[in-house]
Parts: sequence; structure tokens; C-alpha cells
Amino acid sequence: MKSRVTPAQTIGPFFHGALCRAGDGRLAEPASPGALELRGRVLDGAGAPVGDALLELWQTDGRDSAFCRAATNDAGEYQVVARKLAGAPLADGRRQAPHINVSVFARGLLHRLVTRVYFPEEGAANARDPLLASIADARLRARLIARPSANGAELRFDFVLQGEHETPFLDV
Amino acid sequence: MIVFRTDDREVHPPHRFPDYRSTRLRAPLSPPIPWPHSPTESTGPNFADRPPARREADLTAQHAGAPLGERITVAGQLRDEDGRPLAGQLVEIWQANAAGRYAHPVDQHAAPLDPNFSGVGRCLTDADGSYRFVTIKPGAYPWQNHANAWRPAHIHFSVFGPAFATRLVTQMYFPGDPLLELDPIFHAVPEPARERLIAAFDLASTTPDWALGYRFDVVLRGREAAPGGRA
Repeated sequence: MKSRVTPAQTIGPFFHGALCRAGDGRLAEPASPGALELRGRVLDGAGAPVGDALLELWQTDGRDSAFCRAATNDAGEYQVVARKLAGAPLADGRRQAPHINVSVFARGLLHRLVTRVYFPEEGAANARDPLLASIADARLRARLIARPSANGAELRFDFVLQGEHETPFLDV
Repeated sequence: MIVFRTDDREVHPPHRFPDYRSTRLRAPLSPPIPWPHSPTESTGPNFADRPPARREADLTAQHAGAPLGERITVAGQLRDEDGRPLAGQLVEIWQANAAGRYAHPVDQHAAPLDPNFSGVGRCLTDADGSYRFVTIKPGAYPWQNHANAWRPAHIHFSVFGPAFATRLVTQMYFPGDPLLELDPIFHAVPEPARERLIAAFDLASTTPDWALGYRFDVVLRGREAAPGGRA
């Protein structure tokens, strides 16, 4: 029997007790090989920090997978222990560059926003990635790629919800 | 690979809905980039091997005493558009107490906290996709969206479904609530889809001498028909 899809509503500002746990923010164990720190901020259209956002991160290479949540603090900052996982190939065989799928939830977001974080040192794989290749504007493409920090020990990625530096979001 | 349908814009609220003030600076201005699902979107986290404790589905039994308020049960089925029950799925809920106050540091509403109520529940769906929570009816509460703004009583729901693509966070409302007509968050959902957010009073699941029953089914998007016509 055909049913009709339930509409989305905002996560609101009071989700932490239900959805957040000690030890959140780990796609990988901190001491595991290849573990790296991914951090940044969630910002609104005025450049103000979004202190009540929840990020959900998901990655899979077709066999191995990882999921975690990370809430922002009052300064809009989040941090995640991540690792690089090869992208699973598309049904037509095209390879995807390593990436992390991210859902952004917050008060004021009536429905989640979806985007991807790609890795900066994967230049060749990123150039061939089907999603990145489908985005004509190089400035938008660049916004989906994390930036290495000055000391190289971590990656930075800001989720800008609105405005001149808006993060490209995906219609999935 | 199972491919799920893309998001239905006739069903879900738009990102920008100026009557809901917080959307004004948080809604993206650019349209989302179309992206056919890859294995990253067609798979998702599986929580079936980490079932929550049974008591997590009873929000009235998590403390030394019973919470104040009208005891209710909220039960329903998680399924997809094609009627497939979604079994072993994590359902997470959170809500205000009977006085309309969340047990959350940011909530400063001048209503009492209830030491016997945290307002948080979790369970896994059964083999037929069904779930059931015991809780109390949440109170309405004021918010700062506009003059004399009050949220209708609601319970927040979070479900995943079989893939990253099917993830849904929503809110369940109560039938007959006069605040629904005035609520911009509810009204951001286009007609007629918004009615699906209102639970049904259900005499069949009402427990005599104990608790009123409400029914709230949650339906996630279905599968794209595979080449050759078989879904």
C-alpha cells in the first residue's frame, strides 16, 4: 500500500540530552592509524556562530563504514576525529574521491542540509570525482574541500549556511 | 545498490520560511546541487546491534518517582512509502515536561522542572516496524519568534531508515491543539502534508484506567524503481 512521506521539522535547540553522548565526534579512534582532526565552525548568514547545530557524519568505502555525531559549542565550533576512507565507486564504475557525507541540523533549519567534506591532498582523485566534476564553478568546488591547518596536523572545514561564502549543499 | 527516491519538495518545508524567524539567516540562498545517489547516500548507519535498554522507551520510569502530567502512550509504525516495515531502526524522541519546560540548560521558561522527567527516550522498531513509548503529554511553551508566540505541544522524533538518504528529524503534534493554527514551524510544511504530523487519538491502544493512546506512523521515502520496473 502506498503511504505518504512524513515531512521534516526543525531539530530545535533542545536535542542535546537525546542525541548527544560522551565520546561523540569520532569517526575513528584517536590513536588509530590515519586518525586526523577535522574541525571548524558552523556560521549563519551574518557570520555569527551557530551554537546549536548538530552535525552527523557518515562515510563508507562499500565495506567499511563509520558514523558519528558532533554538536557545536557556543562559539559554533565542532571537532571530529576522522580518517580517510576511499569513496565507494558508483554503479557505473566511476570512482569517488575519499569524502565524508555530512547532515547539518539546527534550530532554524526546517529540514537538514547535506554536504560533503573532501580531503585537500587528494588533488587527482578530487579532479576525477563525479560530484566535484559536476560543479562548474571552481570557487564552489573548492568550498567542499577541507583546508589543511598551518601545522598540517588537522583539517578545517566551515559550514556556512548562507551568504557570500555559502557552503554548497546537495539535493539528495 | 538500492537507490532511494530523491527528496520530495512538495512534502518537506522550504529552508527559508520568514515567519519562522530563525530561518532568515540560516536558510541557504542558493538552490541545492542535484546529485544522483551514490553508495554513500544509499547506505547508512545500522543501530540494530546496539539496542537501547528497554526502560529507555518508558519516559515515566527513568527516575525515583513518576513524573507529573497526563500519562500517554505513543505508538506507531516506521515504514517506507511503499509500505515496507522498517525493522530494527533506532527511534529517538525528546520533549518538554507537562509544564512546558525542557530539562535543558538553554530553556529558561519560567515553568517548573520535574525531577522525575528527563524527556528523552529511545527504542528500536520491532520486526513489523512498530515502536511504542510511554511518556507524559508535553506542555505548550512560549518562544521568542513573535509577540505572544507559543509552540503547540509536540514530541521531537529522530529516525534514520535504511540509508543516509532516508534520514528524518521531525515533530509529532497532538490532535485538536488550537496553537497549531498559529505555529509557523508547523505551517512551514505545505498543505496537505502538514496534517501527517498530527498524531491520532487511538482508543484501541488506550490502556484502561492507565493511559491515553496516541498513534503516530512515520513514513520515509521509498525506493526508486530499478531498471526493468521492479522496485
